[in-house]
Amino acid sequence: MTERIETIVETELPVDEVLRIRRHRLMTDGASVEELEKQGKRIGIVTGIHGDELEGQFVCYELSRRIKAEPESLSGIVDIYPAMNPFGIDNITRGIPAFDLDMNRLFPGNRNGDMNEYIAAEIMKDMRGMALCLDIHASNIFLTEVPQIRINELHKERLVPLAKKANVDLIWVHGASTVLESTFAYSLNDRGIDTLVVEMGVGMRITKSYGEQMTEGIFSLMAELGIWKGEVSEIREPVLSNDEKGEDVYYLNAKTSGIFLKEKHHGRMVAKGESIGTIVNPLTGEILEEVTAPGNGWLFTIREYPVVDEGSLVGRILKRYG
Amino acid sequence: MEKEVIYEIKALYRDDYRVTGYRFGSGKPSVCIVGSLRGNEFQQIYVCSQIIRRLQKLEAAGRLREGKEILVIPCGNPYSVNTKKRFWTVDNTDINRMFPGYALGETTQRIAGGIFEKVKHYDYGIQFASFYMPGNFVPQVRMMKTGAENIELAKRFGLPYVVLHNPRPFDTATLNYNWQIWETDGFSIYTTSTSAVDKVSAKQAVDAVLNFLSKQDIIQYQGYEGYISRVVESENFIDVRAEHAGFLEQYAAAGEKVEKGQKLAEICSPYTAEILQTVSAPVSGIVAFVHNETMAYQNTAVYKLIPEEDEL
Repeated sequence: MTERIETIVETELPVDEVLRIRRHRLMTDGASVEELEKQGKRIGIVTGIHGDELEGQFVCYELSRRIKAEPESLSGIVDIYPAMNPFGIDNITRGIPAFDLDMNRLFPGNRNGDMNEYIAAEIMKDMRGMALCLDIHASNIFLTEVPQIRINELHKERLVPLAKKANVDLIWVHGASTVLESTFAYSLNDRGIDTLVVEMGVGMRITKSYGEQMTEGIFSLMAELGIWKGEVSEIREPVLSNDEKGEDVYYLNAKTSGIFLKEKHHGRMVAKGESIGTIVNPLTGEILEEVTAPGNGWLFTIREYPVVDEGSLVGRILKRYG
Repeated sequence: MEKEVIYEIKALYRDDYRVTGYRFGSGKPSVCIVGSLRGNEFQQIYVCSQIIRRLQKLEAAGRLREGKEILVIPCGNPYSVNTKKRFWTVDNTDINRMFPGYALGETTQRIAGGIFEKVKHYDYGIQFASFYMPGNFVPQVRMMKTGAENIELAKRFGLPYVVLHNPRPFDTATLNYNWQIWETDGFSIYTTSTSAVDKVSAKQAVDAVLNFLSKQDIIQYQGYEGYISRVVESENFIDVRAEHAGFLEQYAAAGEKVEKGQKLAEICSPYTAEILQTVSAPVSGIVAFVHNETMAYQNTAVYKLIPEEDEL
């Protein structure tokens, strides 16, 4: 096995610094990159497009640790990109600091564009030849999610069978939206590179058990592609939500601004009328709102960040389950 | 003039969030004018305040046409302006990426929905907009090519340029785009500045709006006629980029005519003052945009030029 840390794109910064985006390539010996790509034996693990979503950091570390511990089982290329938005990770910021841009709205980028468009275009270029890519997110700093894969309805035929091998708890097929056409995953899927968007855990934190679960899922996918000959643990059966019409999920939005005190953890089954949490006013000592389940289902998202404005999402319940 | 709350949210510790509108006349919803939707858009608020002042005088003089109603919303995002944050205070989302909005959605979807509900029935919609890169513009009316854009109407503002551009995916969630989809003739007006008040271009914008209202028979007004607008496609703008990062010193201003080869800027090493790049005009034309930051990043479009007709 050969290991290489390579810079896929770099750009000069104003004062004494170069911004570099790097890839860790673990590759089996005895075949060229082109040959392995032709055989569909290159997988990419991408994370850190949103700088405050850190769940993927552990997955990148754990994946390379386990491959290095068992290099003889590798039969292809594993490319790990732990920090697509290094500025954001350094600044504890979702977007790209200094520009206030969401990196996941810049794809496919533009080679002749501004710094960030150029970076996006060079990232896309490096993805060429990949058989499968995983883009690992961590919801955001406000919400905790069960490990799940989200799939645009336009790509579900290709992606759902793959997602079932990924050891996640939920596959959520959602409706198409023009705004999402500038995401990394849409841009790759649109160009024929199968890309799965993983959401799990919460921003600014690492949930090790989810990282381990996802790492198992990646080995399962690698085995499916013939990139991994080693042992693979038993993969869990995900719940599949075909929610193209947007009718499968109850969205619980705060009716008032206040402080949300959660009562239920994500991943719990809840019954209609059951309390999910309360929104309180610490200034007056009043309860402003009791947030209850509008129907039976699976609480797969719960708010972690206590401050809410009117409209803030406090939870999501999958209806047609349980 | 009637002042009214267009949309509000009760807050926990801050004063309630309010979007305030100023309504002139009554009858057919004729024109809606929207200023800032982002926290750094001070010029956009300023221009609206000047329009409100002028409309008050016209109203007092009985020069608003009967049966036509004008609504001006100077600011759709006071919370962000007051805390000097560009986007929404809690989650950093952009109200101008949330239209047409959703009354049962997240906070900024609700705000966009609440505003859109009040502004979507007008014949004409005018928004004072800004660009994501800090810089100064030659005054222009900008329209997205949705198939519903009306170029001849846009020329009636009498601003130097009418700029057409193809919507990108995220543009479909802007106010301008949704106005057009809901059959309002929507225009985005760019004056010279954003985070600093530029009184000259603000006055030009006020004149442009009043001229437009007069030509559409919404007010009686005889003002400065303005320009015969040149129509340009934004894809024909020539980007002049920084090949290096460093201190940026600009030598040409927005709206200035420049000749091919003319020095537009210099980029210097921040440590040694060595000139890293002399930025020159690749074509003759007008400066449509100049980046106004002290430091430039590599590949930044520090100038955008509108080439002369024979350069196209």
